Amino acid sequence: MTAALALGDDALVLSHRLGEWAGHAPVLEEEVALANIALDLLGQARVLLSLEGDEDELAYLREERAFRNVQLVEQPNGDFAHTIARQLYFSSYQELLYGQLASEGRSAFAPVAAKAVKEVAYHRDHAEHWTLRLGDGTPESNERMQRALDSLWRYTGELFEPVEALPVDWTALRDGWLTTVTDVVARATLTLPGGPQVGAWTAGAGRQGIHTEPFGRMLAEMQHLHRSHPGATW
Amino acid sequence: MTTTAPEAGALEAVFDAAVAADERIEPRDWMPDAYRAGLVRQIAQHAHSEIIGMQPEANWITRAPSLRRKAILMAKVQDEAGHGLYLYSAAETLGTSREEMLDKLHSGRQRYSSIFNYPTLTWADVGAIGWLVDGAAITNQVPLCRCSYGPYARAMIRVCKEESFHQRQGYELLLALSRGTEAQHAMAQDAVDRWWWPSLMMFGPPDDESAHSAQSMAWKIKRHSNDELRQRFVDICVPQARSLGLTLPDPDLRWNEERGHHDFGPIDWDEFHEVLRGNGPCNDQRLAQRRRAHKEGAWVREAAAAYAARHGEASA
Repeated sequence: MTAALALGDDALVLSHRLGEWAGHAPVLEEEVALANIALDLLGQARVLLSLEGDEDELAYLREERAFRNVQLVEQPNGDFAHTIARQLYFSSYQELLYGQLASEGRSAFAPVAAKAVKEVAYHRDHAEHWTLRLGDGTPESNERMQRALDSLWRYTGELFEPVEALPVDWTALRDGWLTTVTDVVARATLTLPGGPQVGAWTAGAGRQGIHTEPFGRMLAEMQHLHRSHPGATW
Repeated sequence: MTTTAPEAGALEAVFDAAVAADERIEPRDWMPDAYRAGLVRQIAQHAHSEIIGMQPEANWITRAPSLRRKAILMAKVQDEAGHGLYLYSAAETLGTSREEMLDKLHSGRQRYSSIFNYPTLTWADVGAIGWLVDGAAITNQVPLCRCSYGPYARAMIRVCKEESFHQRQGYELLLALSRGTEAQHAMAQDAVDRWWWPSLMMFGPPDDESAHSAQSMAWKIKRHSNDELRQRFVDICVPQARSLGLTLPDPDLRWNEERGHHDFGPIDWDEFHEVLRGNGPCNDQRLAQRRRAHKEGAWVREAAAAYAARHGEASA
């Protein structure tokens, strides 16, 4: 596995999931915001996958077992709280990860990371604000947000499995992530399920090409047209 | 404040003079009730069209065949949501609210453009919508940039810039298909065949059957008649179709030297009226999805309002 593939697949897959929201968001402003985040991520994916090879070949012609994204990003959207919890967990991770990669200066990812970290800071801010509104909104929204944080928690351990050849301090990343997320969740009058479950049974599986069941169906939809016209350009 | 009859007469004269002098009417200016009501109807319908119009294209976001095309399509659908927002804001300057307009859309008391009741069945439909549907929309909307109501005219200037961009992208998408494999070319032709006539219907009924036209033109909301704009659109599309290497599905389409325009075949107005009556291929589906998104999002909007009330911030 290469690092470009791991990070590129994360962005590609989450972008796709967010794209599924188009036309379904709870308020028009969120149609704009979710599409905006999806576009940023797709932009990141294209740059990262291009470091590895042809972006379309990589996106459309690999099978499920060859994708290296973490399982968190492939999780179905669920309700709005579920999507926001996924965004909170993942954007907090991405912001710290790209922050480190941008400042390292010695990796091939520094230029990509420097641009992406600005976008990701906005994504984290968006997720934070919605976590606060939903957690500290109505009893129903509080309950939904708590349920979402709980059900996605098991997928967070994997985020801190070291990715080969990435110059990242993974322990610092995990500690920073836990601090950030714990703070937001507490301010939202919610609770985190527990410590980060690195080493739990789901950890590392996505990076090894072991995915969850909904992912295959997502890829079938994403790839079918491209695969139906071998060699065509679009 | 209640205005007595003589004052209203004087105000009306001021309004008429402003319209005659091509000045812009602004939200705080006096305006006839029918002018206000007509604009609310038109701008709301326009905003609703942007919102419902996201659906046929969003239908292909998850299946776009290349990452470049996917990015373009996502950006376009995002722009449409933005256009909806500008237009709802413009309508709100006339004393209605977004909530009220959405409620009327959901209950069928306000309409949206009939074109969005047609399905997107292949990837090429995304290109046909860009080229033909956005093309027709631009032809309709460019004159609205000079509309007598200031907030609407200003919204249209922003909308038209972005729409022109989408239209070129749609054309470019079709061109790639047309010059691609045989299967891609056939896909492009099929899409144009299905979207051509519905696009011509976007200009509304013929001039002699258009209920609001005369008054709209007198008030300079509208600058050209439906048939004039439709003719302009046909004249623009014919050479573009030729450059695309695609045909338009009309055996009667030919250049008329005398008129200096293209003649074209009769439009199926029965189909148009059926779609307007709610009997088009996707009417039920489009409205059901919009209602569902709104209903399923209610708890989110309530949460944002409760949070804002508690923390004294502006609601989301």
